[in-house]
Amino acid sequence: MANILIARNVTKTFGGLVAVNDFTLDVAENSISSVIGPNGAGKTTFFNCVTGFYKVDEGEILFGGGLIHNLRTDVVTRKGISRTYQNIRLFANMSAIENILVGQHPRLKTFWAAAVWKSKGFVEEEAAAVEEARRLLKFVGLQGLGDQLARNLPYGAQRRLEIARALASQPKLLLLDEPTAGMNPNETGEMTRFIQHLRDELGVTILLIEHDMRVVMGISEQVTVLDYGSKIAEGKPKQIQSNPRVIEAYLGRGAASGLKAVKAGKH
Amino acid sequence: MKTIQWRTTLRYGLLGGVAALYFSAIGMVELFAGRNLVGTTINMGHILLYGGVVAAGFLAARSEAHARLPQRLVIGLVAGLVAAVPTIALVLLDSVWDMEAIFVSMNNPLIRLLTLGRGLPGLGMFLAVCGALGLAGGGYNSMPGEHKAAGARALALVLIVAIFSDLVTQVMSNLFGRGSLSLFFAGKALKPAVAIVLFVLMGAVFYFRAVRKARTPLDPEKVKVDKRTRLQRQVVQFVVVGIILLVAPQVLGSFLSQVLFEVGRFVLLGLGLNIVVGYAGLLDLGYVAFFAVGAYTMGLLTTATGLNMGGGVMNFWLALPVAVLISVLFGILLGFPVLSLRGDYLAIVTLGFGEIVRILALSDWLKPIMGGAQGVLFIPTPHIFGVTFDTPQKMYYLVVLGALLAAFVSIRLRDSRLGRQWMAMREDEDVAEAMGINLVQTKLLAFAIGAGFSGLGGAIFAARLGNVFPHSFNLLISLNALSLIIVGGMGSIPGVIVGAVALVGLPELLREFQEYRLLIYGILLIVMMLNRPEGFLPAEVFKRELHAEEGELAGTGD
Ligand SMILES: Nc1ncnc2c1ncn2[C@@H]1O[C@H](COP(=O)(O)OP(=O)(O)O)[C@@H](O)[C@H]1O
Ligand SMILES: [Mg+2]
Repeated sequence: MANILIARNVTKTFGGLVAVNDFTLDVAENSISSVIGPNGAGKTTFFNCVTGFYKVDEGEILFGGGLIHNLRTDVVTRKGISRTYQNIRLFANMSAIENILVGQHPRLKTFWAAAVWKSKGFVEEEAAAVEEARRLLKFVGLQGLGDQLARNLPYGAQRRLEIARALASQPKLLLLDEPTAGMNPNETGEMTRFIQHLRDELGVTILLIEHDMRVVMGISEQVTVLDYGSKIAEGKPKQIQSNPRVIEAYLGRGAASGLKAVKAGKH
Repeated sequence: MKTIQWRTTLRYGLLGGVAALYFSAIGMVELFAGRNLVGTTINMGHILLYGGVVAAGFLAARSEAHARLPQRLVIGLVAGLVAAVPTIALVLLDSVWDMEAIFVSMNNPLIRLLTLGRGLPGLGMFLAVCGALGLAGGGYNSMPGEHKAAGARALALVLIVAIFSDLVTQVMSNLFGRGSLSLFFAGKALKPAVAIVLFVLMGAVFYFRAVRKARTPLDPEKVKVDKRTRLQRQVVQFVVVGIILLVAPQVLGSFLSQVLFEVGRFVLLGLGLNIVVGYAGLLDLGYVAFFAVGAYTMGLLTTATGLNMGGGVMNFWLALPVAVLISVLFGILLGFPVLSLRGDYLAIVTLGFGEIVRILALSDWLKPIMGGAQGVLFIPTPHIFGVTFDTPQKMYYLVVLGALLAAFVSIRLRDSRLGRQWMAMREDEDVAEAMGINLVQTKLLAFAIGAGFSGLGGAIFAARLGNVFPHSFNLLISLNALSLIIVGGMGSIPGVIVGAVALVGLPELLREFQEYRLLIYGILLIVMMLNRPEGFLPAEVFKRELHAEEGELAGTGD
């Protein structure tokens, strides 16, 4: 299988702090891959490097065979990468459906001024976009909530809406930053099933960030473990669970969830 | 039984009292007292002096949720009496030391006003009046809901008619002849009998409307209207608004048309700034720059002296699009350097730009072209098809056309991809960029289109005045435009119109009180920010999901 995303020796520093250190990662097309690691390991920073929000200090990032680490964020998005955020970042004062419509932006092509005289092309494209937004709303299970302001939606619905917004650009690669953060075990289970469903239904490659190991074990084909910015392990979920360096990384930080996850994996 | 919180009563009383004291000491009460509202008994000074007292009684009584009527009355009375204290103290102090040396406004007319013309013993009467008004405020608070609302509305209506009697009398004399005025008005004031009849009449109307509305609960079947009825209603609304806009200058006469022109000019400015600030979230404090560019372009292109070309290069109609275009160019030009700035930094830098443009226009360096402090004179009045736009009434139509165009473009863009780009950028710039939005293009388009509207306003303004002076383009214009957007409601087009009427139109009608315009502005803005930060007419959420599927989804009940 071809690799859709390749990161080679990526390093990103903030002042003296090396947030991502000589990190190499291959993401196979159509897979669900995960990057895990304790809080502050550099996972989000890596995402920000991929999307062009941060400029990498060293190394290179390839997407679909082309270099992307020097491109602006909006250009990277247009190439087919979209993302969600660890702490939900919706357009709070816009309705749910408008959030999705913004997500469709890269696919809309009519000249902006055509909206003034409502050219045929504009009207058609707009109607199709609204139709598509409604469909996505339904797909993530939010039908009927489309006209609510994003900030008035319940937490779980906001997470789903953020995913719908990210899907709206029809990306080839979807980056999910801790999609189950702040959820109870029930909601977490539901979200993981939903992520699996996403890939199976839409064929989109998914790269997932988590600090809680349990979430990713069931659904990932490949897991990469990051600690203090460096890769300490990589492989199938089974191999990761028994890797002593990984256990140490989680236990060393006193992360109770890591310990529980390891135990849960062993029985 | 609960004990009464006298501290709260005291606090409200003192607040009301300090308000009365403040308005007295800065001279507002005395100035406003010159303007009678109802006969010669009630004037605008009274409103300032006693408004806070009534409010103190009302609020103090309201804060005691469980008190019974007699208790509320006592609370109101106490609050009213307390409210009298600061002013009484000031007058007493003045009788010992002449306070006029400190507060220039503490002169004899004011003292006479505060003592009700009876010397120091009159203070007792002042105290009694305050007590009675506090009592009234407290009693009013205990009235049942419908009575309360109807009373407040009717009173507000009478006061509005009396305060803006200029407007009312002008309309009446144009419609029914001057003779009809003396029936209702004595000078600028309402006749007492008329005021009472109006109050009772309107009170009854408001009351019965409220009662009827309460009795017929909302019937969802009736509220839901089908598409055709809605369309018909819209058409009717359009026609009505169109007719009003068309006949307004005829009915209102020359002076009020001038006021309307001012309102229209600020609607244009407001609509442009609304794109920049309301939609795109770019706080631009130098917005007047583009207004100046539009005005100067019009001036230079159409006058004989302009550009030293000997004879106007263009007529108004040719110069108008050119002025808009040049303003748009300036919008882009000034947009470039601030592309990477956000929030307060953007505000400060644009503030500087606004001043730079004004100072450049004033400068010796550009004097040969721009005319320095003298500006550009003798801008010809526009004319077309034998019609010369030489009266305020005719210029009004021009500015209304401009505003309609701007509103139309605003609405169309707001509901399009570009509008969503702007709003996404306003909500979260980083995320907007991550959605594939090109921030440079999106920002420049906001600056450019906003500048275009402003330039259009400037060009019409120049042709209306017949000359352009640099001092017409001070910071206050930018602040005015910004305030009217905030008061009206950020990102709301009806809000811009309401804001322009409230902040530009109404003050024009109260020219006597120009001095205090900024004070009233400030108070209004603070009250707005505290009580209604979203503005008078906040932008509505455009319904997209349920719009088309109304039938199905309304039925399922979610
Ligand atoms: N913009 C920034 N400036 C300075 N330090 C940063 C910045 N972003 C992240 N960091 C630091 O980089 C490290 C990695 O952070 P992050 O990537 O957010 O970790 P996580 O793996 O929890 O997502 C942390 O120590 C964080 O404090
Ligand atoms: Mg993170």
